[in-house]
Amino acid sequence: MSRSLRRKVTNALALALSAVATVIGLTCLAAILWTLVSDGLAGVSGHLFTDMTPPPGSAGGLLNAIYGSAALTVIGILIGAPIGILAGTYLAEYGRETRLAGVIRFINDVLLSAPSIIVGLFIYQVVVVPVGHFSAVAGALALAVIAIPVTVRTTEDMLRLVPQGMKDASTALGAYPWRTILGVVYPAARSGIVTGLLLAIARVSGETAPLLFTALNNQFWSTDLAAPIANLPVVIYQFAMSPYPEWQQLAWSGALLITLTILLLSIAARFVLAVLQPAKRSR
Amino acid sequence: MDQLSLAVESSHARRQRLGERLFASATLIAAVLVLALLGGVTIALVNGAWPALARFQLGFVTRSIWNPVTEQFGALAAVYGTIITSLIAMLIAVPVSFGVAVFLTELSPRWLKRPVGVAIELLAAVPSIIFGIWGLFVLAPILQETVEPWLIGLLGPLPAIGPLFRGPPYGIGVLTAALVLAIMVLPFISSVMRDVFETVPDVLKESGYGLGATTWEVVWQVVVPHSRVGIVGGIMLGLGRALGETMAVTFVIGNAHRISSSLLAPGTTISASIANEFTEAVGSLYTSSLIALGVLLFLITFSVIAVARFMLLRLERRALSSV
Repeated sequence: MSRSLRRKVTNALALALSAVATVIGLTCLAAILWTLVSDGLAGVSGHLFTDMTPPPGSAGGLLNAIYGSAALTVIGILIGAPIGILAGTYLAEYGRETRLAGVIRFINDVLLSAPSIIVGLFIYQVVVVPVGHFSAVAGALALAVIAIPVTVRTTEDMLRLVPQGMKDASTALGAYPWRTILGVVYPAARSGIVTGLLLAIARVSGETAPLLFTALNNQFWSTDLAAPIANLPVVIYQFAMSPYPEWQQLAWSGALLITLTILLLSIAARFVLAVLQPAKRSR
Repeated sequence: MDQLSLAVESSHARRQRLGERLFASATLIAAVLVLALLGGVTIALVNGAWPALARFQLGFVTRSIWNPVTEQFGALAAVYGTIITSLIAMLIAVPVSFGVAVFLTELSPRWLKRPVGVAIELLAAVPSIIFGIWGLFVLAPILQETVEPWLIGLLGPLPAIGPLFRGPPYGIGVLTAALVLAIMVLPFISSVMRDVFETVPDVLKESGYGLGATTWEVVWQVVVPHSRVGIVGGIMLGLGRALGETMAVTFVIGNAHRISSSLLAPGTTISASIANEFTEAVGSLYTSSLIALGVLLFLITFSVIAVARFMLLRLERRALSSV
């Protein structure tokens, strides 16, 4: 085989393999989504949203788990987001290139990809053990710990996109940095910060491992934050592992609900960034 | 300026200064809190693991016995399972992700680029529990009925790698867990690799093409060397995720604290053991041993992630300085 032919064959072969890899990857992922939709839809009915999780062997819904998941996520974000946004502001506006900011940035990146089950163990040690029992608050705190690094990262990235000229203009008018940040930087980066929050909510609402031994689970309706609370991920885990067909069906429906929520949040985040951001720039 | 307006002016300035001090310290406190979080996690975990570590000492890492009844605990089987499942997952996911990234950056027609890219990014957000239940209900039966008997028949009798593929086809086990992990980290590694490939300046690629190189030669001899650090960083991040992943593995690994020569046999990983046993653990030594497992996992993933972030950070700096 001539040298040029061999190079062409190698090229064609390698590119074909890369196309095959893409097809294989997308097929696996499509297969998962397909099973999720077909098996999940089979159990979707009015009861899913009106009934409580049933005892083994009988029909029911996921109302208490849906409520619990929403409550945990909202509280977790309410605790985590302000801390994350403030810390991100420090990194982008005050700390910048200082040594401390560099260390915090690095630690935050490590926390961002730390295993979430470790966060569960941490909250178990510092909240559940001293209090003496599992609780919704502990679950929400675990989710907050997971939300913080995500918010820090996106806030810093988005604040850094705000043109220096805008900040300089505000400073030239005699504004202190805090007035500039609150009055100029935050409004200019609003859609970016909202995107970060949506991504944090998406990240947090599918987390299972940190809830296993913090919020635990509750078969009944509960709004007591000091008591264990039902939540979709743990219900899915327990029901899928069970031998009862009714429970397994509910697990699939719950899985579909979570995935749809997360995909919608992720798409909304892209939408906010793509549609609102350029509109603002052109003004 | 008369006395009155001067007084007004200074009270306004004082308020502004106070606001500045409050806001600046609020942001600093929040930032230091992030730092404290990592410290807090370390202290809380080591504290919780102390009884087990003091009791078993180094034996905790070197023994594979895990017996709650006699209260003998060793982490070796779980550590082995964690590492072997992640390694197999990376062996599968890295080449496929590389293919996907090459396809997206060099091969794909323009109209296909965005939809496929966005789909892969969205899939990276799908929670791991979804991959877990899919593995349990869909993948495991397929493996048990068709793939594993075939593997046993084909590879089992071979001398060197044979022992890896012997024994009954359970369906759930190390290989299944590794496959699920591979599928789970695939979108993640692909999108990092694609981002890294896109940082390669067009001029470099164009000069490659100008010399008459084929697309593959440009990828292999220009793009890959240029983005080497980023590729390794992305792979390490994916590895960090695979090592610490809980839900995708817990469903399909079988939770057996033993080291089998066969990849088809049930095993366990650190995170799967914690998820499976923590709420049922009776006795403080059992709980403490599980937390000690968590400490090991933290050490392993921390070092992998730290190396990955360090490499990606270097790449970012280089990209900034070349602009």
